Amino acid sequence: MDDLRIVERDVDAKETKISAKNVQVYYGDNHAIKDVNVEIADKTVTAFIGPSGCGKSTFLRCINRMNDTIDVCRVEGDIAIDGEDIYDRKVDPVQLRAKVGMVFQKPNPFPKSIYDNIAYGPRIHGLAKNKADLDNIVEQSLRRGAIWDEVKDRLHEPGTGLSGGQQQRLCIARAVATEPEVLLMDEPCSALDPIATAQVEELIDELRQNYSVVIVTHSMQQAARVSQKTAFFHLGYLVEYGETGTIFTNPEDPRTESYITGRIG
Amino acid sequence: MTDLSAGGIPAARPKSSLLTEDARTKKRNAAERRFKIYGLSAVLLGVAALVMLLISILGNGLSAFQQTYVTLQVELPAETLDKEGNRNRDEMAKVSTFGYSPLIAVAVENAVTEAGIETELSPQDQGDIISKEAAAQLRNFVLANPNVVGETITFEFLANGRIDGYLKDRVTRETAALDKNVSPGQLDLTDALQEAGILEQRFNWAFLTMPDASGQRPEAAGLGVAIMGSLYMMLIVLGLALPIGVAASIYLEEFAPKNRITDIIEVNISNLAAVPSIVFGILGLAIFINFAGLPQSAPIVGGLVLTLMTLPTIIIATRASLKSVPPSIRDAALGVGASKMQSVFHHVLPLAAPGILTGTIIGLAQALGETAPLLLIGMVAFVREYPSGPPEGFFDPASALPVQIYNWTQRSDPAFVERASGAIIVLLIFLVSMNALAIFLRRRFERRW
Ligand SMILES: Nc1ncnc2c1ncn2[C@@H]1O[C@H](COP(=O)(O)OP(=O)(O)OP(=O)(O)O)[C@@H](O)[C@H]1O
Ligand SMILES: [Mg+2]
Repeated sequence: MDDLRIVERDVDAKETKISAKNVQVYYGDNHAIKDVNVEIADKTVTAFIGPSGCGKSTFLRCINRMNDTIDVCRVEGDIAIDGEDIYDRKVDPVQLRAKVGMVFQKPNPFPKSIYDNIAYGPRIHGLAKNKADLDNIVEQSLRRGAIWDEVKDRLHEPGTGLSGGQQQRLCIARAVATEPEVLLMDEPCSALDPIATAQVEELIDELRQNYSVVIVTHSMQQAARVSQKTAFFHLGYLVEYGETGTIFTNPEDPRTESYITGRIG
Repeated sequence: MTDLSAGGIPAARPKSSLLTEDARTKKRNAAERRFKIYGLSAVLLGVAALVMLLISILGNGLSAFQQTYVTLQVELPAETLDKEGNRNRDEMAKVSTFGYSPLIAVAVENAVTEAGIETELSPQDQGDIISKEAAAQLRNFVLANPNVVGETITFEFLANGRIDGYLKDRVTRETAALDKNVSPGQLDLTDALQEAGILEQRFNWAFLTMPDASGQRPEAAGLGVAIMGSLYMMLIVLGLALPIGVAASIYLEEFAPKNRITDIIEVNISNLAAVPSIVFGILGLAIFINFAGLPQSAPIVGGLVLTLMTLPTIIIATRASLKSVPPSIRDAALGVGASKMQSVFHHVLPLAAPGILTGTIIGLAQALGETAPLLLIGMVAFVREYPSGPPEGFFDPASALPVQIYNWTQRSDPAFVERASGAIIVLLIFLVSMNALAIFLRRRFERRW
């Protein structure tokens, strides 16, 4: 039984979850993403690395169409999740975002209670049939966010009253509460201390069991620690994409090498 | 400097004590002190102006809340008031105030003799210490309670405005000697009646409830109709301007694409806020009265005009408070799959609510004190009938507080100075309570987090 599952997971891991073809993103005249092609696998952690301003966040936001909210932003090319074009006219970005959760760089809990922070998503998507159900979702999500023990006694206090690291884990818990299939994380640890970072990384590793996780990070070590695949962006181009181990030990492109050895960036 | 160019380390600064101020610090501190003095004097100037305003208004107007009343036993003979003897209201209404005046004169005379007061005044002059409005008030009372006819009742009559002025030191024996409306003898009688406890000054609720009265009867003039008119208009403004303003702001701020057209709209809204209010009055006259055919002097028209005036204020305040909600909150909501509308109504609007409320109440307060546009749409008319209850009352003629003040300042009788100042006090109380409400609501909303 156990063996079977491992085999299953390995098969799954090879399945493509997100596939991007010839993606171009423009902010007005600024061509921010240039012809990016990438296939992101299911149940894997994929890290996006690259120097500041190279378009990592921009590309990440294409995957749940958060770029739609920026007036000047224009996306071209195809991005498909499970083979379905997410930029199709028939796709409602709201439905898409329920499926593709996002954790932002800066912790942004709602100015509501911890409970309501988590319960909000399930409520608007009708995931809970009753109060007990909702309580259960909240508890499970907080547990998966590795923050349950710290907040279980003060669920009705404001989420904004937590420390930065706790807020970020609350945001992660909030993102998983809606049962997404893909989790996008934009520098989730940039505001965290090493201990909280370690907790979040552990969490990411656990999340890999169920989700396809894409994480943007400026920390090479973090990318090496948590991801199986790494994509290196530079000046809007996807320079190199492959197994994390390969990228860090044996990069093909000289730009990748100079970046990870600290010469550009 | 030379050390620097020589590439060396700059010479160590001469050692200075922290206990003595050096020249630069002295200069900086002096500048700071000077600025504090400027600021403080500016604040003091403002406070002084406010205090002067309050002193002048309170000094003139507080007495409007005191009124002189004469309590008399008045006989209501059935043979003159109800000739048919069937207490039929319509029949009795045929007796005009002229039928009641003699009764009051008799009542005064009786009271004077009963109290043992010696006076050389004719019965007519004695009766004149009672307000000319008294007959109408007695008549209204009798028509409302027909069964009192035939009895002797105790009734509180308003004293004449000059007598009231005498008790408030506005009228003296010297001015009375020159005044054809009052004589020194009547003032003596007033003193005697006051001694006997028949005439006294009391808190004047009627000032807040009675309708306006003619220029000769300042003692009977009240703010009842004006307060109702203002209240109705505020209801209309609140009911229209708040939802329209908030909806417009939300649309412009959260949904509308940022392009040339929305830029033009934005500039126009800002400009509308600066349009002189009288222009809105002309607009209201042209559109609501001449074109739409709404009645003149009605709160509905005033309310609509004031709504137009208040809208830009509310829109500007609402947009500002929507803008001040951090975009990360919107991202967070969209990120968990909320629709735009849900993100606005569940997250952004509650955070912006305190600002919206403040803006709305400031707009309402502005509208409450607005006079010019109301003059143009005929709210300056002399209205003695209370408007009926809403919503029909919105179409009945009414007055408004600021217009009533304006109106009273135009009248010649000096007693109206007191009335106008009293009305200003009432208006100020309304404004202060509205602001207090704004602060209270804001605190409540903010206390959540
Ligand atoms: N809202 C925006 N409007 C206009 N241009 C933008 C916007 N956001 C990003 N850009 C531009 O797009 C390019 C890529 O930005 P992006 O935020 O994706 O970089 P990044 O790789 O995430 O950088 P960092 O590591 O600093 O977060 C930059 O040149 C930036 O100036
Ligand atoms: Mg970024």
